[in-house]
Amino acid sequence: MASISQGNNASAARLAPQVRMTESSTTGSQREAPVRFQISDLNFFYGPKQALFDLHLKIPANRVTALIGPSGCGKSTFLRTLNRMNDAVRNARFEGEILLDGQDIRKMDVVGLRRRVGMVFQRPNPFPKSIFDNVAYGLRINGYKGRLSELVEHSLRRAALWEEVKDYLHKSAFALSGGQQQRLCIARALAVDPEVLLLDEPCSALDPVTTAKIEELMFQLKDSCTMVIVTHNMQQAARASDFTAFMLDGKLIEHTETSKLFTTPTDPRTEAYITGRFG
Amino acid sequence: MSRLRLVWRKTLNAIMLSLTGLAALAVVSVLFLILGYLIWNGGKSLNWDFFTKLPKPVGETGGGMANAIVGSLKLLMLAALMGLPIGLLAGVYLAEFGGKTFSFVVRYTTDLLNGVPSIVIGIFAYTLVVLPVKHFSTLAGGVALGIMVIPITVRSTEEFLRAVPVTLREGAMALGASKWRTIATVVLPAASGGIITGMLLALARVAGETAPLLFTAFSNRYWSDGWEQPTASLPVMVYTYAIAPYDDWHRQAWAAGLVLLALVLLANLGTRLALGRGTVRSV
Repeated sequence: MASISQGNNASAARLAPQVRMTESSTTGSQREAPVRFQISDLNFFYGPKQALFDLHLKIPANRVTALIGPSGCGKSTFLRTLNRMNDAVRNARFEGEILLDGQDIRKMDVVGLRRRVGMVFQRPNPFPKSIFDNVAYGLRINGYKGRLSELVEHSLRRAALWEEVKDYLHKSAFALSGGQQQRLCIARALAVDPEVLLLDEPCSALDPVTTAKIEELMFQLKDSCTMVIVTHNMQQAARASDFTAFMLDGKLIEHTETSKLFTTPTDPRTEAYITGRFG
Repeated sequence: MSRLRLVWRKTLNAIMLSLTGLAALAVVSVLFLILGYLIWNGGKSLNWDFFTKLPKPVGETGGGMANAIVGSLKLLMLAALMGLPIGLLAGVYLAEFGGKTFSFVVRYTTDLLNGVPSIVIGIFAYTLVVLPVKHFSTLAGGVALGIMVIPITVRSTEEFLRAVPVTLREGAMALGASKWRTIATVVLPAASGGIITGMLLALARVAGETAPLLFTAFSNRYWSDGWEQPTASLPVMVYTYAIAPYDDWHRQAWAAGLVLLALVLLANLGTRLALGRGTVRSV
């Protein structure tokens, strides 16, 4: 019974966001939410060096999934495989299957894939353009013909930045503070209305107050977006995510509900990591 | 013991500091000596006629170098039209597309080309453009200077493009931009200040070249119409007038040198002011 209502709620999320808001943090096991990404037998190679080993993972829709693990364990590589950012890396290739809503991402047009799967990077990377043009960039390159200014405003509001920048839209994005720049980058990613948002340590260069703002933002975005976040900050994973995956040396060690992983981890290596005995 | 060491360290520090300081001072003073001498001698001989009149025949005093000023500008325009687009695109290729082997060959060749003595490039342009039509021309001079512009532009463009953070490219690509789109709309604008500065430096560098012009554009005591006649140019005029046995010509050579320097300096300053800082703006 519980499982059915959970599934219904999630699929109705796009229609009635307010309803979901209150229940998004209630737990439901991984199987119950609809699956956005289904990853099976994923092996990843940089030339002869294997970086990911036999990953199996389902990423539930409209949830935040956190990826934790020590540096070099393959979190970022995995994240960047989801929107095929590694295509541009020389000699990088992957084997196995990644399905986005049941579609093989390798058979999809990469532009279409990236429009559906947005990405926010570790350091804010605004383009050397105005605030407006930064947000409008994705719309323009995708040939959007409608009223740009409305969508730019909408995206900036979703990224909780509108009030701070509404009078300076044509100023350079470099005039913003680091935290504002990062929210601008989120707004830029949101402008093309992605189904998934990949966040690669989005708060590592930010102060705690701004970090809190971005976590709050992620919470609100859950209504319309599936998020995968790489983080080195375990408190952040615990606070902001519904599911957590722990990776080590390119292998997925444990993937379960965040509350479960941090209180009763099943694998001793997970326990060692989250209690700070290594990494 | 340790006290002695400390004193020695401090002394060594002071010695090295003064040595580097002296070297830096030497660099600056050489430039300022040249500048001062040029301004002193050139300034005395500079007048309105210099900019508006043609050279007078041997034996008569006065006259100017209007034809050489225009000639130099025409040569630079040709060099820019030929050298800058090739240099820019090749630089983009090296920084953004090049595979390992071919890029290495291109980069190495570019450096070699940059090191080829300018007189050899003059001979090349002479063989290519002058010999077939059997007369000197503005065009030939432009070709020689254009070839010299290419390697400087290639390397500076490449350097400034490489200085654009990878994250900026990834940001554009993550939004679905193709590689070329990313380069054209994000990377090139981010590096534009540096690239344009590099181009100007390349033009400034060839503006003072004399050797390759001696047997391509040659010289001309009169106005040169169009592109197929030999033309006067400031550096060649400086050369010709400086080695002539007339005092009046020496004065004019100084003036020509000053005007040449002023042109280069103005172009440099102007763009620097227009572009703000001549470096890549990054986060």
